[in-house]
Amino acid sequence: MTTTSTQSAGEIRLTDVTVAYDRHPAVHHVSGRFAGGSLTAILGPNGAGKSTLLKAIVGQLPVAEGRIDRGALKPRDIAFLPQQSSLDRGFPISVLELVLLGHWQRAGAFGRIGKAGIAAARAALSAVGLEGFEQRPLSTLSIGQAQRALFARVLVQDARVILLDEPFNALDARTIADLLALLQRWHAEQRTVIAVLHDFDLVRQNFPDAVYLARRLIAWGRTDQVLTPENQMAARQMSESWDENAPLCAVDDHAGDHHRHGRAA
Amino acid sequence: MSAGWTVIWDFLFGPFAEFAFMRRALVACCALALGSAPIGVVLMLRRMSLFGEAMSHAILPGAAIGFLVAGFSLPAISIGGVIAGLVVALAAGAATRATDQREDASFAAFYLIALALGVTLISTRGSAVDVMQILFGSVLAVDEPALLLLGAVASISLLVFAVIYRPLLADGFDPEFLRSVQPGSGALYHFIFLGLVVVNLVAAFQALGSLMAVGLMMLPALAARYWCRSLITGMLVAVLIAVLSSYCGLLLSFHADLPSGPAIVLFAGAAYLLSLVCGRQGLVLLWHRRRHLEA
Repeated sequence: MTTTSTQSAGEIRLTDVTVAYDRHPAVHHVSGRFAGGSLTAILGPNGAGKSTLLKAIVGQLPVAEGRIDRGALKPRDIAFLPQQSSLDRGFPISVLELVLLGHWQRAGAFGRIGKAGIAAARAALSAVGLEGFEQRPLSTLSIGQAQRALFARVLVQDARVILLDEPFNALDARTIADLLALLQRWHAEQRTVIAVLHDFDLVRQNFPDAVYLARRLIAWGRTDQVLTPENQMAARQMSESWDENAPLCAVDDHAGDHHRHGRAA
Repeated sequence: MSAGWTVIWDFLFGPFAEFAFMRRALVACCALALGSAPIGVVLMLRRMSLFGEAMSHAILPGAAIGFLVAGFSLPAISIGGVIAGLVVALAAGAATRATDQREDASFAAFYLIALALGVTLISTRGSAVDVMQILFGSVLAVDEPALLLLGAVASISLLVFAVIYRPLLADGFDPEFLRSVQPGSGALYHFIFLGLVVVNLVAAFQALGSLMAVGLMMLPALAARYWCRSLITGMLVAVLIAVLSSYCGLLLSFHADLPSGPAIVLFAGAAYLLSLVCGRQGLVLLWHRRRHLEA
């Protein structure tokens, strides 16, 4: 991984990134730059590769081609909140214990968390409006409360880069407003925040930057220049189908550097 | 002491005071309870309640080879059983991860192969009695070396369990989170945990037999779930239920001249049924709805 001298802290650069499932590209030749401290929304139709791109940035999915340059960022500097389905809400764990998991990058699998760590978790809980919920079992929380608790965990993680996959799904207006305030706070603290979202109005009002994906990149830049009717038309052209007999990708990139995702088994 | 009390005393404690084999059996069962009941709780949480059952069959070919080589020798059977169990766990785990299949499917396939292999091996030499002994064990025949083995396994298993406790539960609770903060570690702790399951089942081999061993692992854990909200109390209650079932089962088997393994597991089963009916989320409370609170 190379770091260019001009790269600011917390910056993530994508260079011609393709991520494929079973050789079929889900993210196709995307290039761009999340500036350090930027607040960016990723938009696009279902199947546009938004979640895939996030997972590739975290390093959970291999890049079939191209490069993701995270600069000096280590895995511990990136906090990732996936879509809620991955967590077992019936698990006998208290809200405080859930939030304490946010210390993982420092305490690890065996380390002590200590009084200061517990105090930080309590502070995070009150920051998301869950004061007094410390000892409640997770299973007794509503969807909105559980999402607040997960945001508290991200707060405790104290990461320089924060990735959120559809963080406002199925939440009411008040919860969304509270969590948006947290996003603005992170933005003010110069953290790089990237969120996958569907609500155009919400993005227009709260996110300075936006990425419009439809497997390929439609647009990347200031939100008002990205969310144009033309770009929305272009995104709708994306075919959702997955062509079993698709030929090898013919986009020609840098001289001599051929496409691996077309050939790899 | 009046005559009535003496009768009760003799009934409850006499067998253990009088016979060394009863004392050894009780200590053996307590060691097993300490080691395997907490593991049962985690198996249940990871939706692997039937996994112990599969593994108890998977250790059979190894035990059979040990038996064929050395006769009914506990070390030989135990080592063979542990090896066979670990091989099946690793093969099934690797098949699951390499080919993106469901874990329960791979385990079903591998344990069935192992079981058939084991029965075939035993039938080449042993008699049906030997098979019965391996499947059902005899806690009353536990001798001093076997007791030491059980104690050692319980101690080591509890220590390892304590060390991997946090990552193991984190992986069960929110695997994607663990993957994001410590990539690749979930599978490692999962395999260590599977190893613990195998070792505990094999330890219970002679005392309870491979089939009954799962009973002492799972039934107390399932029963405890009805009483406890938190994990730690759940594990403590599971151990307590396992110990009590062992005591009652041994007593019943002594007085009524019944096989001890099934008697112990039957008591654990009774504890489960009682919890199912009377527990915190049990049937009684379900039928007898109490009025709701104001807030």
